[in-house]
Amino acid sequence: MTRQMTGAKMVVQALKDQGVDTVFGYPGGAVLPIYDEIFQQNDIRHILVRHEQGAVHAAEGYARSTGKPGVALVTSGPGATNAVTGLTDALLDSIPIVVLSGQVPTFMIGTDGFQEADTVGITRPCTKHNWLVRETDKLADTIHQAFHVSTSGRPGPTLVDIPKDVQFANGTYVPPTKAATAHYAPQMKGDMEAITDLAELIETAKKPVFYTGGGVINSGPAASQLLRELVEATGFPITSTLMGLGAYPASGDKWIGMLGMHGLYEANMAMHDCDLMICVGARFDDRITGRLDAFSPGSTKVHIDIDPSSVNKVVPVDLPIIGDVGHVLEDLLRIWKTRGRKTDKASVSAWWDEIKTWQARDCLAYQGDDKVIQPQYAMERLEALTKDKDRYVTTEVGQHQMWAAQFLGFEDPGRWMTSGGLGTMGYGLPASVGVQMAHPDSLVVNVAGDASWLMNMQEMGTAVQFRLPVKQFILNNERLGMVRQWQELLHGERYSHSWSESLPDFVKLAEAFGCKGRVVSDPAELDDAIQEMLEYDGPFILDVLVEKHANCFPMIPSGEPHNNMLMGEADTQGAIGSSGATLV
Amino acid sequence: MSALNLKKGSSRKSAYDLRDPNSEVIETHTIACVVDNEAGVLARVIGLFSGRGYNIDSLTVAEIDHLGHRSRITIVTTGTPAVIEQIKAQLGRIVPVHEVHDLTVEGRTVERELALFKVAGTGDKRVEALRLADIFRANVVDSTLESFVFEITGTPEKIEAFAELMRPLGLVEVARTGVAALSRGES
Ligand SMILES: Cc1ncc(C[n+]2csc(CCOP(=O)(O)OP(=O)(O)O)c2C)c(N)n1
Repeated sequence: MTRQMTGAKMVVQALKDQGVDTVFGYPGGAVLPIYDEIFQQNDIRHILVRHEQGAVHAAEGYARSTGKPGVALVTSGPGATNAVTGLTDALLDSIPIVVLSGQVPTFMIGTDGFQEADTVGITRPCTKHNWLVRETDKLADTIHQAFHVSTSGRPGPTLVDIPKDVQFANGTYVPPTKAATAHYAPQMKGDMEAITDLAELIETAKKPVFYTGGGVINSGPAASQLLRELVEATGFPITSTLMGLGAYPASGDKWIGMLGMHGLYEANMAMHDCDLMICVGARFDDRITGRLDAFSPGSTKVHIDIDPSSVNKVVPVDLPIIGDVGHVLEDLLRIWKTRGRKTDKASVSAWWDEIKTWQARDCLAYQGDDKVIQPQYAMERLEALTKDKDRYVTTEVGQHQMWAAQFLGFEDPGRWMTSGGLGTMGYGLPASVGVQMAHPDSLVVNVAGDASWLMNMQEMGTAVQFRLPVKQFILNNERLGMVRQWQELLHGERYSHSWSESLPDFVKLAEAFGCKGRVVSDPAELDDAIQEMLEYDGPFILDVLVEKHANCFPMIPSGEPHNNMLMGEADTQGAIGSSGATLV
Repeated sequence: MSALNLKKGSSRKSAYDLRDPNSEVIETHTIACVVDNEAGVLARVIGLFSGRGYNIDSLTVAEIDHLGHRSRITIVTTGTPAVIEQIKAQLGRIVPVHEVHDLTVEGRTVERELALFKVAGTGDKRVEALRLADIFRANVVDSTLESFVFEITGTPEKIEAFAELMRPLGLVEVARTGVAALSRGES
């Protein structure tokens, strides 16, 4: 069945046929025909954000918490350029989103028309793929391709740029089943020989560790389930990157915590000393590896990843397995079971004894205080009072983000949304809006720093308008805390522009937005304040005044290997050499 | 531990197995990609090289299948074995890229480049230029009383050699196409 319709109508039809229920967007001249169509239907909800960056982060939050692609709609020129940070964020964290942008009419392209920008040119390096659609007949097909590319293989952002005349003109609508998507089909099944080799390595490993990442979550709930089964069956310890938290439950007894620059001592030591590293859907990011030539020197490294370009990119591995995590783990479990479910139990048990001595160092311990709220204490209380709830957590970027990762426990995938690869301050609030949109009855908390939160605070207006009861939990140290920490450790305590002057009164700000706020500075009142935040029926800003000079530990200083962590203030003197200082 | 006789950095199904992935030796490779001939595809390929800091020594592009809208991009690049592998994997990720061939490792290839040389001079130099052109099987495609334009086809090395010889004889201008390459044999 072919149907004639305008390009603008096609956009809405294609979104419906892709199962989209929510679009985050902001109108402008070049998308008015699409907005006119949105006005005339009720199947797709449009959430009016306050800034296009917010729309893209909200779409990311929606995508991460549902596993479905998120959708944003922006106008040409400034609308599209405002989306660039969000697109880059989604590219680095492999989040499936589709951004639709308006463009000046085709006959004006190249004339520096009003609000013209070379959107496909600007976004080429920050999308998985993008398209400029010049004919209405190709519009529906292109939108379907954008969804296909965004969600297939390693997920990522796509963008479709739609000139205004293409939106007005009539054309033939093509349904998703007829779209030309066949040419993009990443390999899902892993090589059986390689998987059998991995089973063999599992049988003989003495000091194994699973090092898992966001790829497990991206692969879908089945992959997390299979990972859990594999971990339980082998009894091997498991650590995860920031992006992979929740794939294996934090309460699981094989869980040894997050690894990396601010990861747990036991996790980093296990990575350094292991003899078999099974990397599942992670990518040996520099926050994880520390100094490359001293990264886990004695291990056989196995890398399961759907993206061939991730393999051997920074760390040469011994056994690469290209394929979807879920498919590979399924085959691995089957093969390993048929071979007799063997592991070297005695050695693995001795390995656990070693790990337990590292765990006994209690690397997250901090000095308690009954006068000033320590940020770690705030995290502990937030965890205690929310962990049994149907909870989703987003974060901004900085120390608070690392403390959240260290102190909050995630039992399921898709419950933790943070900007890992790009480290985008201003991610958390709009992301919380997107998550709450997808889960209206759940608790959504954004753990924020004062500086990050201000970067996209306008989205509080979105939360209020759409009655999204997002909880903004601000660890207010009146500092750009993570920057301050680096300046303390690396730049002789010269705190160049790393404090927040003229901070707004967050309580008044909440009132000005039409929601509620509270400030708390006494540790004894913290629980009550958190309770009030949780019980309030609407968006809430909790301004938690915390210790201003706390540093986040453990920390692997730049340029150092995993087994050289700073555990607390006492370790920090001259810890980072001049070569480390050039690293970020 | 490596009872399986695994080799770091190698993937079992590639000719790359035969080379040392950790080698710091800079190699030159000729890579051919078959791509959809759509707007922006060349920008994607070039953007990949500039964005990730890879080298392009030469680049040749033209449509090879009008009906199928396919183009062939031939790139000569240099890098360590690990970088060359990354380049191929990254090229393979680009959505309109259908095939990536590393002609340098896939077997014997024929590589050709076409160049035009303008050489100006009179007297002995002019005679010598013409004589050398003949040895190199270059064709004269334009001539005036004081200049020639030679057309020469061959490997990049042959063209380099010809350029060296023409320089003292009055070389004015050169235009080169970059390398086009195919693997030898029937497949
Ligand atoms: C958009 C952006 N600009 C700058 C940075 C660099 N940066 C990383 S953390 C940080 C400080 C964050 O301060 P705050 O949000 O108050 O969190 P804290 O570290 O104090 O918990 C800065 C400036 C960044 N990550 N993102």
